[in-house]
Amino acid sequence: MLVPLSENRPIATPEDVVAVRQAVRQRAVELGFNLVDQTKIVTAASELARNTLQYGGGGTLRIEEIIEGPRRGLRLVFEDDGPGIANLELAMKDGYTTGNGLGLGLSGAKRLSNEFDIHSRPGEGTRVTIVRWR
Amino acid sequence: MATDSIASLNEVLQKDEATLLQSWVDNQVNASAFRPDRTSRQDLMDQSRRFLALMRDAVRGGEQDIMSPAWTGVRQMLDDLSVSRAQQGFSPSETATFIFSLKEPLFDRLQRVIGQTEAVARLWPINLLLDRLGLYTTEVFQRGREKVIIRQQQELMELSTPVVTLWDGVLALPLIGTLDSARTQVVMENLLQRIVESGAAIAIIDITGVPTVDTVTAQHLLKTVAAARLMGADCIISGIRPQIAQTIVHLGVELGTVVTKATLADAFAIALKRVGLVVQKASTAPRRRDDEGADARAAAERGEG
Amino acid sequence: MERIPILKMGEYLLVTIQVDMHDRLAMSLQDDLTSRIVSARAKGVLIDISALEMVDSFIGRMFGDIAAMSRVLDAETVVVGMRPAVAITLVELGLSLPGVRTALNIERGMELLRGLISARGRDDAGSA
Repeated sequence: MLVPLSENRPIATPEDVVAVRQAVRQRAVELGFNLVDQTKIVTAASELARNTLQYGGGGTLRIEEIIEGPRRGLRLVFEDDGPGIANLELAMKDGYTTGNGLGLGLSGAKRLSNEFDIHSRPGEGTRVTIVRWR
Repeated sequence: MATDSIASLNEVLQKDEATLLQSWVDNQVNASAFRPDRTSRQDLMDQSRRFLALMRDAVRGGEQDIMSPAWTGVRQMLDDLSVSRAQQGFSPSETATFIFSLKEPLFDRLQRVIGQTEAVARLWPINLLLDRLGLYTTEVFQRGREKVIIRQQQELMELSTPVVTLWDGVLALPLIGTLDSARTQVVMENLLQRIVESGAAIAIIDITGVPTVDTVTAQHLLKTVAAARLMGADCIISGIRPQIAQTIVHLGVELGTVVTKATLADAFAIALKRVGLVVQKASTAPRRRDDEGADARAAAERGEG
Repeated sequence: MERIPILKMGEYLLVTIQVDMHDRLAMSLQDDLTSRIVSARAKGVLIDISALEMVDSFIGRMFGDIAAMSRVLDAETVVVGMRPAVAITLVELGLSLPGVRTALNIERGMELLRGLISARGRDDAGSA
């Protein structure tokens, strides 16, 4: 059986955010996601990549193809060594923002994904994981 | 203990392949499941020979788990076999017979290399292994059939969600049947796509033919309207029957600014007004010559004739 | 650095976004558009996003800002050509693009602009 695909991408510049969108789109297409699901995961990735860049000071994305029995999906892990989030509950609220965004980054990405997980502590960086099944 | 079994299997496959192959093919041809109209002895011979060669390779390393990498070649061959037999119209049993008919000749030869006292203990793991292979073919067969069913369901879904142009810029989507989550998504995308293609200003979603509406369906409908508005078109929901109206209220679904009408006709009237059209009764008075002249001039102005 | 071209069509400005924009590019579009509205004395702005495969909250906010800024400069903005998949995703995302008018295509967009501009004209005349 083929080993499921996985790749790492840096997020250090605004151009990297564009590259992330394109890479996620490509993987989603390869996995056979329909157009709407593709758009959802690419949009979620864009939100999270921007967060990683703007609030995390830059970081990485790991794209993993996952296979669970008959199900296939895409897992995206955004990681940075930035300041971390002090109040997760507040950050997850719609409309909350400390910077330039509309504050929908985290909650929006959660809504667009089937699974969402976040680990973040002040001084310990942030790791956000989302999964979309085909 | 099982390693001894595999070792015996290995031995038989290495040394006795030719005669084993003949007996096996004879078995298949003589089986009640044999379909001479669908396959020939030569075909069976080729398939069986290939299978034995692949199994020989798989067993060589002593691996018993048929889902392990060592057995990939065997599985792939069985995948192809099951799929092609499914397509040819074989039943699942007829397909699995390929494996099960191998048991008799194989065990016959195994018993000659294994001592009498150990016979049962040694043969059992091999029996299980062959059962697993047989069941594997059935599973692949099933999956192949499921794909056909899914494809047909897809086609059915697309057929039963027509989008109708009522007038320039006014689209109607009569929904019929229950709206489960999957169907509603397909319908939603289809409707929005047609709105783009037609450039329609207004889309009327008629749910007269929908027996029940639950919260999920209602949410999907509202999302469709929201998406259409974001794109620059508007939606009216019509065909709301009394029971559905009650359900909507009881479920606490917020319609917000979505316009709803009881009948498609009412919705159409509103849509026409919105696009600036008026419906007038044609005059039934007898025509006079002046009228004809006026008609001709009007026609000329419109660029007709 | 590349910039998104802005075309002048009479009283209107037409912007066609055909590339996947990074944030810097989006910001420079905003700047360019604001200066151009003033220099061209434009009354309306049409932003064609029919080639955009994705609109996230940043780009959505950009449209909102452009609409608001143009209004301050006495111009109306209409965004046209949003793709269905994008619209469905925005609804799921919870983004409603407040203050942004939309139309299905350029033709309808121009009709809408004409209507908005003449309504504005009437308002201005009324308050004079």
